[in-house]
Amino acid sequence: MAKARFDAEARAGLTLISPPFFYALVILAAPVLTILTYSFLTDGYLEVLREFTLGNYREVLSDPIVRVVMTRSLVVAGVVTFATVVLAFPIAYYVSFFVRPERKAMWLFLITIPFWTSYLIRVFLWKVILGYNGVINSSLTGLGIIDEPLTFILYNVNSIVLTLAHAYAPFAILPIFVALEKIDRSLLEAGRDLGESRAMTFWRVTLPLAMPGVIAASLIVFIPTIGDYVTPEVIGGGKIPMIANMIQVQMLALDNRPLGSALAVTAMLAVALISMLFLFLNRRFLKRPQ
Amino acid sequence: MSIHSSGRGLQFYAVAYLLFLYAPIVLLPMFAFNSGTIIAFPLQGFSLQWFDAMWSNATLRRALMNSLTIAVASSVLATCLGIFAARASSRFEFPMKGGIMGLIMLPMVLPEIIVAMSLLVVLLGMGVQLSLLTVILGHTLVAMPYGIAILSTAFASLDRSLEEAAYDLGETKWSAFRLVTLPLVMPGIISSLLISFTISLDEFIIAFFLAGNEPTLPTYIFSQLRFPRAIPVIMALGTVLVVLSIVLLAIGEYFRRRGNARIGGSPTGGLM
Repeated sequence: MAKARFDAEARAGLTLISPPFFYALVILAAPVLTILTYSFLTDGYLEVLREFTLGNYREVLSDPIVRVVMTRSLVVAGVVTFATVVLAFPIAYYVSFFVRPERKAMWLFLITIPFWTSYLIRVFLWKVILGYNGVINSSLTGLGIIDEPLTFILYNVNSIVLTLAHAYAPFAILPIFVALEKIDRSLLEAGRDLGESRAMTFWRVTLPLAMPGVIAASLIVFIPTIGDYVTPEVIGGGKIPMIANMIQVQMLALDNRPLGSALAVTAMLAVALISMLFLFLNRRFLKRPQ
Repeated sequence: MSIHSSGRGLQFYAVAYLLFLYAPIVLLPMFAFNSGTIIAFPLQGFSLQWFDAMWSNATLRRALMNSLTIAVASSVLATCLGIFAARASSRFEFPMKGGIMGLIMLPMVLPEIIVAMSLLVVLLGMGVQLSLLTVILGHTLVAMPYGIAILSTAFASLDRSLEEAAYDLGETKWSAFRLVTLPLVMPGIISSLLISFTISLDEFIIAFFLAGNEPTLPTYIFSQLRFPRAIPVIMALGTVLVVLSIVLLAIGEYFRRRGNARIGGSPTGGLM
């Protein structure tokens, strides 16, 4: 009886899930598997030859340009993630601990609005702010603080980092906020009652309990930034490519699908490895005796 | 150190942070209403000429129509598919549930360039003509997980006994769903539609690679960023888009809260 009911439930569930599952299989899984297959094939003139090879991966791993671009993508994504999460934590902490409950939704709304405005225009406006004749330079020269426009803030990795840190700020704030909201406030009082200072209570109680949120935030910022195409193109002027720009060039401009596929697969593997590391850290924190 | 002084310091930081978040958006209307042709300070004077130029731009109008078509189609598709997934995951246990849901939610954590490139390679390999339809396919895929995230909360907080009461009163499965479940999750459906619509309207990478020769708003904007003379019109367009997004978001937030109030939830949380 119980087994029959379970079967009926399983069948109903599987029937219901099949349209979105089928859609994801055809539009996502099949193309990604195709890329995976291509990455082991040989590039011919105008077509992909059906000859198995590991040459694409050898090229990806040994080519100095690929290494530079891959390292740059990892470093930029890492720095952006670190900066975004460190800057976001105090905001999440403030909204969770100091804002009155009925005003929290308004604060979250205020934080998310900029995120919903055109990404391209936001990126471009950072170019306007940081540019040679941009807002910062023209106001600083206008005020007589500097004579020459600052050049270290445009067309380089710094400006890419700043723009991305701005673009992904809400992604970092929301998960940390959710984790902080879940913290039982009486634990903090207990810490204080047991003679801990406010700073020590924060360090030994609040921060460890907020860690799952911090790790989720890091992951949510890291993954899209490493694959960002627009910012290096608009802010970096196309001169400082990241891995997404390189994949696009190989796939379309140079029409080397197998090498482009190998790049894409390598990037996916790097993202997956780092994500797993984050999730492993998360599990460590969740397992901690409370 | 009292709670008030540390709170004051944090409040100061929070306001400074909001200024950082809003800095680019505050600049938008400044340059959109500025009569100068160069995007730089000092501002020249008040003018509506860029808005006029925007309305009379035929390519821009075509891009807008394309973007609206894509956004409407993919938000409806994503929400319909999302309803199936949210209902299945919140109501039923079935084999491989984790794996299946993982695949469906995967686009949320997959760099978009990978989705766009792999789909493009397959479509080109099959000889499919790139068009608005191919963009809709991609946008539906990336919007669906966000829709599911919202719809799952709506379905999960549903009281199952209401449906059972409907069955007891002689309704069929489908009519109970239509008459009882659907109205209760309607606020979730509306926010899912709005979020998917907004995501699609702003999505660049997939549209850039899968639209062929058809312009969408983001790809049109991208193509214009290279020409300094075209920038003021883009600023005007950006201003209109910001206002539109805020209105859409406010409507979505209103429905989400009404839905939450109806099922007795708390008003915090948003997308999460």
